[in-house]
Amino acid sequence: MKFGVVVFPGSNCDYDAYTAIRDVLRQPVEYLWHADADLKGVDCIILPGGFSYGDYLRAGAVARFAPVLQKVVEFARDGGPVLGICNGFQILLEAGLLPGAMLKNRNLRFVHRDVYLACENRETPFTCAVAEGAILRMPVSHGEGNYYAPPDVIAMLERTNRVVFRYVARGGERSAAANPNGSQNDIAGICNEAGNVVGLMPHPDRAYEAVLGSTDGLALFESPIRALRGEPCEA
Amino acid sequence: MRYARVTVRYKDGVLDPQGTTIQRALSDLGFAQIESVRTGRTFELALAEGATRDTVEKACRALLANPVIETFEIEMPR
Repeated sequence: MKFGVVVFPGSNCDYDAYTAIRDVLRQPVEYLWHADADLKGVDCIILPGGFSYGDYLRAGAVARFAPVLQKVVEFARDGGPVLGICNGFQILLEAGLLPGAMLKNRNLRFVHRDVYLACENRETPFTCAVAEGAILRMPVSHGEGNYYAPPDVIAMLERTNRVVFRYVARGGERSAAANPNGSQNDIAGICNEAGNVVGLMPHPDRAYEAVLGSTDGLALFESPIRALRGEPCEA
Repeated sequence: MRYARVTVRYKDGVLDPQGTTIQRALSDLGFAQIESVRTGRTFELALAEGATRDTVEKACRALLANPVIETFEIEMPR
């Protein structure tokens, strides 16, 4: 199982995802340069966090036109697993692989702190290794993570179980204080209709070793390995 | 050179946190008559010979505006 981590000018979490996969999971992993329309035969793609192209115009708006992204779109449409983390999530929205858009955080501030997440859909290739009922702790780090979609789209996402991650309090209950950015319905991450494309604002790539304060993010990188082997969800 | 001017702003109903904050600041400064503020951005596009409103509109849909949250207005040169 070979992972690919896309690198844009301005990506700054590419190395985090890369080391989580190489050093902790000990899986083959390649960088995929934005200007090369070549996926190097990878089985799973990570769009990492950062500020691709300086976030000029809108976060993720310019990255959408990178040569590699045309290939990522084809890969996703063929059912390949694609995970967008933070800026990677914003890129997936701008590219139309996931519905909705990001607004500036409600308090207009860049927010960097740990959050707690309920995983509400464990049938995606990025959540099948998450234990049932687990509350995951990992950091958010963004200025535009206030997820917005028109009311009919939000209702559709809820109805079809496409809200994959939701901000919750430590004990797992919903609370306004647990939502760091004002996102609708406390949405932290969603998936596409087929479930193979997942985007989330929090950073599993900053929560994969005890020294980082949490290892809860590791399950998201372990999941595609399990999914590709056809193994069942974590109990 | 001929210039087209494009104004992109949030759709009605989409929260504009910057606009809300600016309105509050204006209110604190005594501008009680300004009841709401919506922010946006303006693009000036230098047009080569043969560029039409259709060219600019396509550019808006492709990149300048995000149709999920924004609308755009185009002023073409006379």
